[in-house]
Amino acid sequence: MKPLLEVRDLDIAYSGSRGRMPFRRERADAVVRGVSFTVGANETVALVGESGSGKTTIARAIAGLLVPSRGQILFQDRDIGARVEQRSKELHREIQLVFQNPDSSLNPRRRIRSILDRPLRFFFRLSRRARRERIGELLQDVHLDPRYMHRFPRQLSGGERQRVAIAGALAAEPKLILCDEIVSALDVSVQANILDLLRELQAKRGISYLFIAHDLAVVRWLAQRVLVLYRGHVMEEGTSDEVFSRPFHPYTEMLLKSVPEPDVSRPLLAVAETDGRTDGVGWTGKGCPFSSLCPRHLGSICDEETPPRRRVSPTHALLCHIPPAELAAAQASLDSLGDGAASHRASGS
Amino acid sequence: MSSPAESVVEVDELTVDFWERDHWVNVVNKVSFSIEPGETLGLVGESGCGKSTTAFSLFGYRRPGSRVRSGAIRFDGRDLLRLKERELRSIRGARICLVPQNPAGSLTPSMRVGTQLVETLKAHRASTWRKAEKRAVELFAQVGLPEPGEIAERYPYELSGGQQQRVVMAMALACSPSLLVLDEPTTALDVTTQARILKLLFRLQGEHGMSMLYVTHNLGVVAQICDRVAVMYAGELVEIAPTVELFENPRHPYTRGLIAAVPRISAPTGGDATLRGLLRREELPDGCRFAPRCAYAQTDCFTNPQSLAPVAKDHRVACWLWKSIPGARRVAAEEPAQATPVPR
Repeated sequence: MKPLLEVRDLDIAYSGSRGRMPFRRERADAVVRGVSFTVGANETVALVGESGSGKTTIARAIAGLLVPSRGQILFQDRDIGARVEQRSKELHREIQLVFQNPDSSLNPRRRIRSILDRPLRFFFRLSRRARRERIGELLQDVHLDPRYMHRFPRQLSGGERQRVAIAGALAAEPKLILCDEIVSALDVSVQANILDLLRELQAKRGISYLFIAHDLAVVRWLAQRVLVLYRGHVMEEGTSDEVFSRPFHPYTEMLLKSVPEPDVSRPLLAVAETDGRTDGVGWTGKGCPFSSLCPRHLGSICDEETPPRRRVSPTHALLCHIPPAELAAAQASLDSLGDGAASHRASGS
Repeated sequence: MSSPAESVVEVDELTVDFWERDHWVNVVNKVSFSIEPGETLGLVGESGCGKSTTAFSLFGYRRPGSRVRSGAIRFDGRDLLRLKERELRSIRGARICLVPQNPAGSLTPSMRVGTQLVETLKAHRASTWRKAEKRAVELFAQVGLPEPGEIAERYPYELSGGQQQRVVMAMALACSPSLLVLDEPTTALDVTTQARILKLLFRLQGEHGMSMLYVTHNLGVVAQICDRVAVMYAGELVEIAPTVELFENPRHPYTRGLIAAVPRISAPTGGDATLRGLLRREELPDGCRFAPRCAYAQTDCFTNPQSLAPVAKDHRVACWLWKSIPGARRVAAEEPAQATPVPR
């Protein structure tokens, strides 16, 4: 089956004056390098990584807000690399974007009905009455009371506002929704509800999601496939089960160890207190992008030579000089994430 | 538990209201807790539950349009709520310090970070500029900034989020406070940076022997660094217990819902375990404020106000039904030893 979205060998660079800012020099060249992936119909693919990993940049390119410097973005087999202005209305309708902060994506001066009316008016020929009816339905789809349409965004809680933002994307009846950290700013209880909603909408309407997040637990829960990004490179990719089990890329390993789990028997993260080499800023473009921070650093080969892409399974690949079998052996203790090490409480530190 | 006389700070029946349009709305209701020397108390709850309002009261800070209806905050033999602004100043930033959520917002953008730290030192401790500078570099080294002398020369925008948070922590530690209030200090940071900052906090507390009040909605962080946890809901304390006890034996239905709602890597949550509905201030009943969202609520819950009552050693809960609610150890028991596949 043909994928809904296919990204091929994507390079994206921010050019110009940004490069002249002190300590930001590395941004002058590509922030995304050679990224390829697909999103199938009815599928959720997650892009995970820290700030500066290029995950939002990729979403912006797919949305047409940035022009890639190299590579192709195919949507239903058509090349859509063009800027947002040159895209057809149909394409706009099919790819929708939801942002992290609903406070800045919802117009505070407009009532909910007028916010949701805009996409309906833009994309569909509907009578005023039909639109009003549709707005009520959309609010029900995201489990909000249709009477909310008369309210202003400020009269809603953060979770409710994010539901409205999702309803706004649904109004276009899209095939793909790009979700950029849409639950990061929400309370855990609200977060769980929004994730439930996303899954429900997917089951009902077959929508695909490109889900951008830094919270690995959320990703594990929602996505079928995961790409782990570091400095614009795909360090590891695979199905959710593959990425969350051995062998881990050393960077994935570090991310996993950094998540504080709500479990008192698990020790705090085997991560060093300081990163020593200042967030890996000085990467020259040679060798592995993660080499300066890598806890499994081999030696000069990591600093000098581009690591090979190693296949673990037809769907699982790692970008690392260490063969997957060796990684898996070294990470044997990580099977249940943190077992075998004494809790800091128990060790009395 | 040590006697109240030994506590670093004692919050006693704190009640705070906010003025909204034409009436007072209660946001913190009879909240009492104490923090012992060297202890880290976690204050958790959803946004709008009053946890930050409670924490900021420790600085004698009152949001415009708010009033402290009753209560006391005893620190060093004095009631912080009844001190004059001038007296508060000698405590704020020196004895009780804040590490805020957004470090960039608490640093002056146009001033080198070293200078800012020197100003803090000069404000609270008479010292020469030269000595303060030396101390600033020491403090930067203590919070794990590489090349502290060079960092001191930089402006906030030249630092990463994690480095900015370290600078703010150095400022908070400058006067060796007895209490550090941390308001979601890692929420805006990446997980790896968060992990490092938590480790750093753990070490600094050991070195300085200070007490901490850690305000957060992240139960994962709480499980990792707090000694005791206080859970707030709609302005009230609903449960307080040592961390291990709280996670292994949560009693209040709200605490259980909150713990169950956290997505975990090791054991993904199911959707049915999550809390129902939302906190609605306008619909709070006279009785238990959680009753409208509680799966176990009975008619009496809506009319009988609940107050904290002991259920075990150092463990108090504000729910008269705690004994009859089935599966008290449910949350702990549900967690399988091995990761289960994600249900799709």
